[in-house]
Parts: sequence; structure tokens; C-alpha cells
Amino acid sequence: MQTLSKVWLFCVLLFVSSVASANLTIEITRGSDQALPIGVVPFAGSDNMPEDVAQIIQDNLERSGFFAPLERSAMFDRPSQSDDVEFGTWRSLDVRYLVVGRAQQTSSGYQLQFELMDISGQRRIIGETVTANADDLRGAAHYISDQIFEAITDIRGAFSTRIAYVTAQGLGDDMQFGLYVADADGRNSQQVLTSDQPIMSPAWSPDGSKLAYVSFETERPAIYIQDVATGQRVQATSFDGINGAPTWSPDGRRIAMSLSKDGQPEIYVLDVANRSVERITQSNSIDTEPNWSPDGRSLLFTSDRSGGPQIYQYVFGSGETNRITFTGNYNARAQYSPDGDQIFLIHRSSRGYQVARQDLDGGRLVVLSETTRDESPSVAPNGTMVIFATQQGNNAVLSAVSADGRSSFRLPAAQGDVRDPAWSPFLN
Amino acid sequence: MQLKPLARSLAVALSIVVIAGCSSTGGTQDGDSYGSQDGSSMGAGTAGAGTGGQYGSTTGSGAGQQADSRIPEVRTIHFDFDRDTIKSEYESVVMAHARYLRANPNAQVVLHGHTDERGTREYNMALGERRARSVQRFLNTQGVSSSQMSVVSYGEERPAASGQSESAYAQNRRVVFNY
Repeated sequence: MQTLSKVWLFCVLLFVSSVASANLTIEITRGSDQALPIGVVPFAGSDNMPEDVAQIIQDNLERSGFFAPLERSAMFDRPSQSDDVEFGTWRSLDVRYLVVGRAQQTSSGYQLQFELMDISGQRRIIGETVTANADDLRGAAHYISDQIFEAITDIRGAFSTRIAYVTAQGLGDDMQFGLYVADADGRNSQQVLTSDQPIMSPAWSPDGSKLAYVSFETERPAIYIQDVATGQRVQATSFDGINGAPTWSPDGRRIAMSLSKDGQPEIYVLDVANRSVERITQSNSIDTEPNWSPDGRSLLFTSDRSGGPQIYQYVFGSGETNRITFTGNYNARAQYSPDGDQIFLIHRSSRGYQVARQDLDGGRLVVLSETTRDESPSVAPNGTMVIFATQQGNNAVLSAVSADGRSSFRLPAAQGDVRDPAWSPFLN
Repeated sequence: MQLKPLARSLAVALSIVVIAGCSSTGGTQDGDSYGSQDGSSMGAGTAGAGTGGQYGSTTGSGAGQQADSRIPEVRTIHFDFDRDTIKSEYESVVMAHARYLRANPNAQVVLHGHTDERGTREYNMALGERRARSVQRFLNTQGVSSSQMSVVSYGEERPAASGQSESAYAQNRRVVFNY
């Protein structure tokens, strides 16, 4: 890695850190009927704060699909600590959980105290005091959301994670592309790269510090690795033909990709440190869109060796390759769930191209999305949601669906197309 | 692998890209007159020449050509859904390019393969390459030297027409001859 970073220090030039206008907003499109009713009371002392912390927590919990938050207008009592909570009041509002808290300004920022109450059990579940700088109140709200989510569901919260995505505007030879990173709620977006040539397929390194992506800035595709915080980057591959679909190994030392330097696109593995590439697939067909299993032992990839695109699994060591999907004549771009037991993919149904899920253990394929122009599914590190690109009217937007298909939300951008989302790993 | 020197020259070329990009050109939309770029062998040079939308006259395959052997005007051919076969109605177009390339052994063409937006992006990248290579093979059988041709697939990344209509899709499934 060291030798790599020495080569291309100049690229700080390309790194334009800005809070640009590419923030995404959230629209809940489907709520789960099994969502848990929860109340998030506005924090006492938060009237003049730059962010409404309780609102951010409430929005996070609602977006997860696990919770159905109570409207603020229905809260005629607004306690700020556990001692003041009248359980009967909240029980009569059918609330099962309640979040209360208060904010205090300090010399260096804010101190946020929150408590999570179990209304039916009439007890305090957790509570914590969190300090935050004024410019990181959203981060503190995401942290609190993570604690609440895990205390109730036993699943690690993924609200403090980020998403990378690509924007595009224009047509034909007159286009502008951008690579952005934003918080998981679409806010706080930062431009990573901008170009008048296509940018594709961002992929997070397992430690969340780097992105590998495809850029056509030399008027042909090449794979780059960029440090998200510093903007420093290296060109990792630039072979003749396609250099595409990078995916990191769980230890961050290797990147699987699709290269067509030897004819048809095949799967190769790049050693990040010494830059050697090893060919993995040997077929006279398209092999692309690799994805590394969480245990590092196998790769999923898309191949049309049977005629149309289907998902295959390659096992390191034995070299064994098995076909995974058999439903329909178009299955592509698969990704493992974080536990490695399921895959998420794009399936062409009678309605169109949709996000689907399949158990690796011989399970049937289940369509999750209701949209029909879907691409690029990327699963949250806790496995609860899948973010993907789809069409809304004439624009490409990001959308997300819960892994059980019960709830979904959309993240439209103010203008242009947004696509190719990649959900980061856990960052803390 | 001579990556370090290449990376250095790319660095220079790319910093030009950045500077040119910042100077907010209006964007000359002249996609069919790229001058003579050799996209395959020297990515760095191409990047430098390709900045700022000032394609065309920078490098000179156009220089010294006879008036009767100009680059054929039709430089885009279209394909059926999920197919890479050259349709009979476009054979004359490809033949005209073959004649031009045979008559001008110094001319270079980059074949850009494109798909419509349906399906996944990286799989479409592979389909776009398949289309461009189909044209490359055809030109080859017509006696065009391999050294005069290179292929770049753009997949679904650079649509010529927007929208989700069948006619927009048809316009986007294409191979473009870039000289």
C-alpha cells in the first residue's frame, strides 16, 4: 500500500471537498406493518440548537423499517428524564418504547443525555451522556440511534455508516459525473471526484477508509483506489479493455475485478501491495461483477456461460465453480449478506429488473422491491437494508428496501441522476 | 509492468484535465470529429488531448488527406436488444469505414460500444464491448489492420437519448466510430 500511495500524491488536486448541493432527501415509500411503535420526545433545552437531535433519531428509526414513531403532535406530555415518564400516558398512546433526553450547551459544544424506556415493562433500558461538537450533532444523533436500535432489536445499528454514490448529468458527449460520499441518511454529502468522463462501481475497503472505483478520465476505463479522508489516490489497473467491477477481500489486501485484456471479460484478483493479478475464471463468456464472501473463501460473480446472465460461486482453493441462480433468465450483480447466508441481486421478472434475495442454501428467489428499473444493490453492514438505484420518472434515484421486503424508502436528489450506491462497512 | 512512468505521465495529463475542467468550457459538442487519438496504447496522451472539449484539430490524421477519402459521415450504427450482430442495413456504413481505413493506413479509429440502460451497469459494460468487438472483427475481415483499431466500451454510461421509451433505448444501443 505504501508504494501505491507514493505514486499519485498529486491527486489531492482532484479531491474537491465541499458540502455541495448533492444532499439527498428521504421519502418513506412503504412502512412495515410489524414496525414497533416508539415515541422520541424532543430533547429539553434543544430549542436553539443547530440540529433537532430527536427528529434525526426519529427519522433514523422510522427509515429502518423496524419502528413506527409517534407523531410529535400527539405528545401532550414531554418528559426529559426517566423519573418524569408517566407510563400510563404513553401506554394509552400505544407506544411500546420511549426515548427522552435533554441537551446542555458546554464550552466546547453540547452534552446530550438520553434514556430509552420500555413502556409495557415500565423500566429504563439504557441511558447515556454523549458529548458532541456543534458541527457534529448529526453524528451524535446517529450514535444515539445506533444504541437505541441495538438495545431493542439486538442488531447492531448502521445509522453511523455512509454511502458512496455516483451522480450524472447531461447526454452523450456532454456529461458531468461526480463521485460522492454522504451519511447513511443522505445528508452531509462530500464530493470525492468530478469528471466529464464516466465514474462507476465505487467499492468500500473493509476498514471504510478507501474507495476503489472505475473512472474513464483517460478516455478508457481504469480502476483507482482513493483514500476518502485525504483524497490521495493511485491508479490500480489500466489494462487494455474493460477494467471494472472492483470488490475488496475482507482483509483489504486483494481486489477482485473484471478485466477483458485477454479477450472476454474474466474475473481476476489484484494483490493491492504488489499489483500482481491472478486470473480466476477461464470461460469463453462474460464473467463480471465479482463479490467477495464475508469469510474470504469464495466469490460470487455474474456469467453468461449458460446463455443469459446467472450468478455463480467460485471457491478459492478447490477452484470449484457452482451455479447459484436458476429462477428466470436474467440474474446479475449479486452481493453476499454480511452473515454470508444469503445473496442480494438484480433479477429480471415479468415486471422488470428488481432487487431480489435468495438463500445460498438452495432457497428460492424472493423479489424485494416494487420498482422495475433497479440496479446496483448494496447491503447495509448489519444486513437489514439494501440500497439500490432505480428510476423515478425520468431520473435515476437511490432507493432502499428492508431485507425482508416489508419497508422501503427513497433518496431523491435535487437534480440529475444518482446511481451506483455502495453502503460502507461499520465505521466505528 | 511499466506502471510508474505511465502513472507519472498520467499525473501530468490529469492535472491538465483538472485545470481545463475548472476553466469551465462551454463544451464543444462535436462527438464525431475526434482527430486522431490512439486510445489504446497511450492513455496519458489521450487524456491530455481530450481535455476541454477541444477535440478535432489537435492531432492530425485529417492533415494531408485527399478530398475523396474523407472520414465517412455516418459514424454510428445501431443494434437490436441484447444482440451484437451488425444489421444488414448498416453493412454499407461499416464497409465505407473499412474502405477509408484501408486507404488511410495512418488513420486510427476507436470503436465505442454502448448499450441501453436496462440491466446492470457492469454487465452492460461487457455487452457494449461485445458490440464494439463485433464491428472490429468485421473491419478486420474487410482487410483493416488491427493496429488501426481499438475498442472502448461505455456500457450504459453515455446514453445518446434520455427516457425509458423503446426509441430512446434503440438510439442508445450503438457503436460509434471515433477518429
